Amino acid sequence: MSVQPVKFYQVGSWAAGNRLLRPEDRSVQADPQRANSLTSGHRACQGCGEALGARYVLDTASRVTNGRIVAVNATGCLEVFSTPYPESAWRLAWLHSLFGNAAAVASGVAAALRVRGDRDTRVIAQAGDGGTVDIGLGCLSGMFERGDDVLFVCYDNEAYMNTGVQRSAATPPAARTTTTPVVGAVPGNRFGQGKDVPRIAMAHRIPYVATATVADLRDLEAKVAKAIGLRGARYLHVLVPCPLGWGTASGDTIRIARLATQCGLFPVYEAEDGTVTATTPIRRQVPVEEYLKAQARYAHLFAPEPRRDLIDAIQAMADHNIDEYKLLDGE
Amino acid sequence: MSDKPFAITLTVGSSLANKTGAWRTQRPWYVSRQPPCATACPAGQDPQQWLYHAEEGYYEAAWRGIMAVNPFPAVIGRVCYHPCQAACNRASIDEPVGINAVERFLGDEALRQGWTVPIGPLTGERVLIVGAGPAGLTAAYHLTRLGHAVTVRDANPRPGGMMRYGIPAYRLPRDVLDAEIARIVAMGVTLDLGRPVGDLRAELAAGEFAAAFIAVGAQRGRHTEIPAGDSARVLDALSMLHDVAEGEPPLLGRRVVVYGGGDTAMDAARTARRMGATEAVVVYRRTRERMPAHDIEVEQAGEEGVTMRWLSTIAEVGEDRVVVERMRLDETGFPQPTGEYEELPADAVVLALGQDADLSLLSSSPEVAVARGAVTVGADLMTDLPGVFAGGDVVDGERTVTTAIGHGTRAAAAIDAYLRGDAAVPAGPVREPATVDGLNPWYYADAPAAVRPRLAAARRVDTFDEVVGGLDVDTALFEARRCMSCGNCFECDNCYAVCPDNAIVKLGPGKGFAVDLDYCKGCGLCATECPCGAIDMRPEQT
Repeated sequence: MSVQPVKFYQVGSWAAGNRLLRPEDRSVQADPQRANSLTSGHRACQGCGEALGARYVLDTASRVTNGRIVAVNATGCLEVFSTPYPESAWRLAWLHSLFGNAAAVASGVAAALRVRGDRDTRVIAQAGDGGTVDIGLGCLSGMFERGDDVLFVCYDNEAYMNTGVQRSAATPPAARTTTTPVVGAVPGNRFGQGKDVPRIAMAHRIPYVATATVADLRDLEAKVAKAIGLRGARYLHVLVPCPLGWGTASGDTIRIARLATQCGLFPVYEAEDGTVTATTPIRRQVPVEEYLKAQARYAHLFAPEPRRDLIDAIQAMADHNIDEYKLLDGE
Repeated sequence: MSDKPFAITLTVGSSLANKTGAWRTQRPWYVSRQPPCATACPAGQDPQQWLYHAEEGYYEAAWRGIMAVNPFPAVIGRVCYHPCQAACNRASIDEPVGINAVERFLGDEALRQGWTVPIGPLTGERVLIVGAGPAGLTAAYHLTRLGHAVTVRDANPRPGGMMRYGIPAYRLPRDVLDAEIARIVAMGVTLDLGRPVGDLRAELAAGEFAAAFIAVGAQRGRHTEIPAGDSARVLDALSMLHDVAEGEPPLLGRRVVVYGGGDTAMDAARTARRMGATEAVVVYRRTRERMPAHDIEVEQAGEEGVTMRWLSTIAEVGEDRVVVERMRLDETGFPQPTGEYEELPADAVVLALGQDADLSLLSSSPEVAVARGAVTVGADLMTDLPGVFAGGDVVDGERTVTTAIGHGTRAAAAIDAYLRGDAAVPAGPVREPATVDGLNPWYYADAPAAVRPRLAAARRVDTFDEVVGGLDVDTALFEARRCMSCGNCFECDNCYAVCPDNAIVKLGPGKGFAVDLDYCKGCGLCATECPCGAIDMRPEQT
């Protein structure tokens, strides 16, 4: 794990802060002076995982770079809820591009900074899963291949939420979206590989690839800091549950992200130069049912008739991840 | 021409203009819940509150938190059966917090450092306390703090009551007991020892005392009719423990049979082993499950070579043997004789069949109701005689030092209210219980309880050295930090971190958090992710 565990207090290193820790040992988010890169008044839904994830990432980047960052944002929820005319919730240099070209625009920003001889200002591109795995994949692959000095962050909520919950290539099997309705022998989204963009990024042998969730703040902050410390093309894939699209209570966003990691469906790991170098072990394993049952997009797996076959197939995916990433080893 | 930079045509406004608090249908509410340890404590302590200070290494503040209720932390840290730990929510995560061990550490630390408690301005009122046991001395301590002049009378030559004459030294070293009593006496309490109060009415008639507290304990061992030969040696457990405590141990012989199943029976058997008995057998008429002795006592007695005979009664006592009859439990759980007898070798038989209070001091006060050997008292511990209160073993309830201290604390508050002419004792706020369901256990790191070092069982059988050792500073700190702070904010910053709308305001160390209602959308993430259940979501009024 990339985080130094604090073996100290009743909450160990799991909570954001701790009155007994020195301020520098607490998370960035526990800092009363944190940047709040995405400020209040944005129009994200109650309990939005993406708003939370974006602030976690950018506040950490802001601390590491002393505020010298430029963010390039693809079209998507994050852009729509943060910048309705004439308001902006961003408190950093921020550019909105098209849906599909955030990686290319970020490459251009990085090139411009290089021309100006500015090596201190760092570039972050951010997009949802639609702008990353579907529409933006060509530009992203080009950015990886050229090795442009950009950290690309994908906030993955597993569908096009802003336009009304349409399926993306990141939508998991059996999940209900408005374009994968509950009909037929296999209701919801089809079973398949989807697009595993972290693995695609690793195939480019870029210096750094990592996955994270909003459920493990310390881990996410450590990965952002590490990514900012490296040069070249870097990729961070953050799971951000969507209460609206997933059909969960607004207060459960972090709990759901935690269950995704603890059942094995979302492996948390990091890779350097194309090789996995660290995984976050499962701490309290749960069967996939516990994760699926909490979400209305999977309700058809449990009623009117329980679909044991489909649940088993999803459990097999989790077991495959546990095996492949050795999620039950260590600790 | 525009005064804006190249290609910029619009002035950017801030989203802060958009008060998203208007979306809210529920709001977070910081609460303080009652932790189960506090609910379980017979002395009325709130361990979570003083552990909070101990976690930070502020041992004196933690000790003062204990002393607000209990003037015997070092004693209670040794002899309490810690119902707080049985109730501790941490048991559902790994093991309960060693509250008792931390309390003992704090009590010992206070004695090492010589910390004292200030007393309030004198009121001029005088209070008589009968009995220098845990209930009486606790009441004396609190009344002295409140400025009243207290005289404690006791029939015994030394103070402490059952702490001295009932609990053996291997469980409670006498230097610890003496030091904690001395601290109370030094506050100005008058000890009048070797002075039994024969008639309370006559004592109060002189008008010296405005109120009295009866805390004489249950000092008389119960007897039963057992046919015994002239040369049979039959002792009473309480007298035996009393004589051992006074340094005049009775002769027991090599083989000792103890009759009874309570903690006193265990104390007598373990003491007999330490006095040289090679065999100490406890005879009890029911089963292990129905034995009133606490598990830890039975366990430690077993480790020291004490053996148990369940479902047995003593039918006859001879010079060097007892006749034991086997019993069986009927369907109501009551033991019934079977008519099967056997003999056990025994040089002495010690009776530990329960204790009764000697209430002769109330013989000329017939208006004070007594039921089943216990003085009848109200919720404020006042008897039927105005101004006369009773507590400890003389009233109905569990007979432990901890319960007695609780009575002493409650009685002192009631006596103070009585002396001031107040009708009711001011009650603390009633808090909702902090249950396991209200916690978010994910955030608690797994940590095993620090095990108290124990003297090897082999060393215990021939000495009165203390059996259970204390914690060192590091271990005590670690143990205190295992407290989950159930239902009470401990400033982990989770609520501040997990709010997607930056609507939680950090007020600074020790001050907690506030909710910015201009922007809080009421999503409830802060409440779900609060480790200790200190945030409620409450519906907005429409």
